[in-house]
This record gives sequence, C-alpha cells and structure tokens, in this order.
Amino acid sequence: MFINLKIMSAKTLFDKVWERHVVHQIEGGPAVLYIDQHLIHEVTSPVAFKGLDRRGIKVRRPDRTLATPDHNIPTMGQELPIKEELSRMQVQQLSENCKKHNITLFGLGHKYNGVVHIIGPELGITKPGMTIVCGDSHTATHGAFGSIAFGIGTSEIEMVLASQCLFQAKPKSMRINVNGKLGKGVTSKDIILYIIAKLTAGGGTGYFVEFAGDTIRSLSMEARMTICNMAIEMGARGGIIAPDETTFEYIKGREFAPKGEEWDKALAYWKTLPTDEGAKFDIEYSFDAADIEPMITYGTNPGMGLKISQNVPSDEPNKQALEYMGLKAGDSMIGKPIDYVFIGSCTNGRIEDFRAFASVVKGKKKADNVTVWIVPGSKQVERQIEAEGLKAIFEAAGMQLRQPGCSACLAMNEDKVPAGKYSVATTNRNFEGRQGPGSRTFLASPLTAAACAITGKITDVRTII
Amino acid sequence: MEKFQTITSSCVPLNIENVDTDQIIPARFLKATSREGFGDNLFRDWRYDNENKPKPNFVLNNPAYSGKILVAAKNFGCGSSREHAVWAIYDYGFRAVVSSFFADIFKNNSLNCGLLPVQVSDAFLAKIFKQVDADAKTLLKIDLENQKITIVATGESEPFEVNSYKKECLLKGYDDVDYLLSLKDKIEAYEKAH
Repeated sequence: MFINLKIMSAKTLFDKVWERHVVHQIEGGPAVLYIDQHLIHEVTSPVAFKGLDRRGIKVRRPDRTLATPDHNIPTMGQELPIKEELSRMQVQQLSENCKKHNITLFGLGHKYNGVVHIIGPELGITKPGMTIVCGDSHTATHGAFGSIAFGIGTSEIEMVLASQCLFQAKPKSMRINVNGKLGKGVTSKDIILYIIAKLTAGGGTGYFVEFAGDTIRSLSMEARMTICNMAIEMGARGGIIAPDETTFEYIKGREFAPKGEEWDKALAYWKTLPTDEGAKFDIEYSFDAADIEPMITYGTNPGMGLKISQNVPSDEPNKQALEYMGLKAGDSMIGKPIDYVFIGSCTNGRIEDFRAFASVVKGKKKADNVTVWIVPGSKQVERQIEAEGLKAIFEAAGMQLRQPGCSACLAMNEDKVPAGKYSVATTNRNFEGRQGPGSRTFLASPLTAAACAITGKITDVRTII
Repeated sequence: MEKFQTITSSCVPLNIENVDTDQIIPARFLKATSREGFGDNLFRDWRYDNENKPKPNFVLNNPAYSGKILVAAKNFGCGSSREHAVWAIYDYGFRAVVSSFFADIFKNNSLNCGLLPVQVSDAFLAKIFKQVDADAKTLLKIDLENQKITIVATGESEPFEVNSYKKECLLKGYDDVDYLLSLKDKIEAYEKAH
C-alpha cells in the first residue's frame, strides 16, 4: 500500500531522471547510478586512466565517453605545438589514452574542439533526461536541458570509465522560482549572481536545484546554461531546468541529435519529464525578477555579490576578502578603475554572450588602460563570431579575438591576470588567485564586461545603452 | 586503499570559512599526470610569498602546530572538483579534516581517497578552536568505527555521520571500482533494458 502511494505521488523532474538511472541501491548507502554520457578533459583524467591500466581493464563504454582538451591549452597559436612542456604532455596523454581506449577525441584545432560544457550542448550530445558527469564542477551547465549533470573527482572518473556507473547519495531537493520581467541590461548572469548573493556560497550544499518560474522559462538555452552552470557556486550538486519547446528547438538538427523516428521517440520521453503539479521540494525560494539589477561581485567568493549601484558592505567577516581585493567598506563599485576584461568560459562563452558583448562595443573603442581577452567557448562559436561580423566589431574596438579554451577563467595556461590587477570577468569564480596569483576578479555579465572595457572602470551598462 | 585506523593526534587549526580548492591547490599545479607530490604545494599562495619564502603568519608555517588532523571553518573545499586538493592534503600528511560543513564534491573525493571528512556542529568546532588556541598540542581522537570525535584533554565528544557503505570501505580498505565491477550482471541488464 505504502509503495503504491509512493508511485502515485507527484514527482519532481529530478526524481524522474534519477529513478530511471538507478542500477542498484545499496542498503543504507548510496545508489549506483548509470551514466549516459561521460565527458573527459586533459587535466582530471590522466590518473583515472592510470588506474585502469594498473587493473588491466578497458573503458566499458567508449561510445558513451567523449574527450576534448580545454583547461590547459593556449588561446593563441593553437596550430603550433604547445610551448609549455607539462601542458603539452598532458594534452598528449589525453590523445594517447583516447586512442588506446577507442574514445572519440575532438583534439586541439578540430572543428568541434572547445570547452567541454560548451561543445556537449552545441553538438546535440546533451539532451533532456540524461545523466551526465565530467571531472569538472561546472558540469552542472548541462542541467539546463533537464538532465542530471554534475562534477566528479578523478577517483569517480575511474569508476565511470570502468563501469559506466557511479555511487551517488540522493541529494535533497530545492526549487528556486524567478518570476516577472527583467529590467534593461539585466541578463541571466545577473539572475544567478543575485541568487547566489542571497543564498551564499554554501547555501545550496547538499541540494539539487530546479530553477523554475516564468522568467526562467522566457530565457534562451544559452541563458539557461549560464544559470545552471553557476549552481555549483552556491554549493549545489547541480541545477536543472524543465525541458520545453525552447529546449527541443535548440537540440533539433544538431550534429549528434536524434533524427527521424528516434527524434519522435526521444521527444515523447522528454515531454514526460517536467515536475508534476503538487510535487514537494525540501526547500523552496521565490524571487522577483524586477528586483534584479546588473550584478557584480566585490569579494573572493561568488556569494559576495551586489547590485552594481550598491556600495561595498561592511560586514566584519569580509575583512580578509576586502583586504585582498583592495576595497574598503562603503566604497562605490561604480567608477573603480580596472585593468583587464575577460569574456569567455563555460559560463559566458556561447555565441549569444559574444553578441551581447558586441552590441555594447559596436562603434566604440576599448579604454587604453584595459587589456581585453575575447575567448570563444568553442571552434564552432569562433566560426560564428567571424561569420556574424562580430570579429570585425571587436577589432574595430581595438580588441583581439583569441582561440577557444578555458583560458583566464582558471589561468592554467599563460592567460594570467598579474598580481594586484583588477579584472572584470564573465566567468564563475572570483577566488583569491583564480585568474593568476594575486589577481583580483569582479564577476559580471557580458554586457557589464563590455561596458567596463569601453570606459576602463566599473560601469553600469544601463548608462551607456 | 590504506585502511583507516583510529587517529589520536594534535591538529592544525585553519579558522577560515569557505576555503576553496583553488586555495588548497592552485590551478597552475594541476599539470601533473600522476597523483604524487602535491603536498609540497598545499595552500601554496597562502603558505609562500612571491619569492617562495614561507609566510610566517600562515598556520602551516607555525612550528607550534602539527599533526594528522586539519581543523577548518565551515564550507571547506568549495569550488572546483579537482581531486588534487584531496591528494595535496593527504600527501602533506593529514588523514582527517574536521569542519562544521563540507562542500559535496570535496567530501566525496575525500572519502574516495582515504581522507576522512568529520562534520561536527558549529558549537563543537568552536570548542576545538578554543582548546587548540589555549594549547597548541591539544589531542583529538577520531574513532571511525564508533563515529565519535573526542577532545582528549576535556573528554568532550560528539558523534559524526558517515554513510555505512563508505565507512566499511574505509575501515577495510575496500576498493570502489572492484565493487562496481562486481555488479557487471546488473549493469548489463540495465543496458539491455534501456
């Protein structure tokens, strides 16, 4: 009787996808989940492959594994051998491991190469109702399609390579509703920075977050990905958004998307996924879109964000962060001089982001005191930037388009912001030293980043559009 | 994996909230293709200045503190999923981290590598920090079998949670991949059905 009631009860999107993927439930322990798609890159996979070699086993499902180098590659001169020896070896190691285990690799220079969380969606590999993992915390990005997607560690990569399965304790459920109309100059990046500022950098820990409400539903897939991408920045295991017509429209016709009869079958399944009316969440929050302004961070974790028109707060716990950032309580954010602007990353490295950036930059020049790095999320995005004439707009503004990669988001390659310098970045983390030892990062949207690039200081984009 | 034994040890107090994995091991040290040697760069930019000289104010450089247990403030290990952070802490010599709150991925990575994350209440964490402040040689006892952490000098203790599967793995040194491979039939059946 109890079981029947449970089956009949309303389910969340997350529950539906989760239940479909449980291979085995360990009593009093985690579930063993089947993983539909495993994405790998050069930095977190080598030790996992070593583990397989030590055991003398092969990758169980190379057809469900996809590799691309992105974290540790240069964004200039990709056609040449990588100069830095350790980086070159790491990228080479990925190629060798893929060859040995028969895994598809979109290597450096390949037409599909790019940041792992950009290429999955743009190739139609990411689809609703899937389980997707990658040795990278921003795997949460793929949740925008109604998939359970989350980052894992290297030991877990080895588990998935070996068995296509993973241990997972079921997370608690959270729903965040955003309703209402967004103001001028306010983007999905501002929505998520606003939410994280409200909930703090640890506020989502232990939860899987469904983002819902009419504001979220009105967003493009690119914008939804930015929101799910940063779910991890409030500690959440992942973010998820119900698939709808916008989702289906985005996927249809992409390289690896299902076609013909397969498409119809998939679509029928996807339409069953949205959370049922009356489904219960462990916790629920609601926000009014009209209260959101262009946002910027002032501190050293993504929860330390504020509306761009606000002044630096004076809380005592912020002391170390403010010292690091060279800011004082009560300082105005607007007008603060900056040194670097970086647009790119799995957070804001999609075509729509460069269109937004270009819309502000068009017909203007970058400020002399600012170095601007424009890094597309993938080769496809790079080609689109050229085809749509955005590259010409950037060049006319005195900005140079670089080649795809994670670049200055984590500064593993040479794209490093020098110590003490200020950077406005469209990325996801403003941790101490994140963009290079001693670097100081302000997180913002592509629109705000563009405004800052033009004026050379922190600027409210609404004053120049 | 090495079996986890009961630890009685002095500890290193790191009373900072939201310690992210970029601080534990900065990205520029992730270029290695093996898991050894990361301890040298644990907390690199907090531990050393630009000229690679130890910063005297950082706790790992304070000879008064040592031991196999790192005690940190809440939301420890947030940010990047890099398991290198756990390798660095383990390689440095720690076998347990105590905090009132761990980031999810860090917690999983720790359990997979034999580093025990011990989550205690805010009040108990405050007691530990206070005790260590008064006496740098304060011993903590972490008993995984009975899921209990004790401040040896005062006898104050608190139970802690750990999932029973992982507890068994840690105590007996079991390997997750071996376990998953033993489910081969179930995995095959699942693949056929979907």
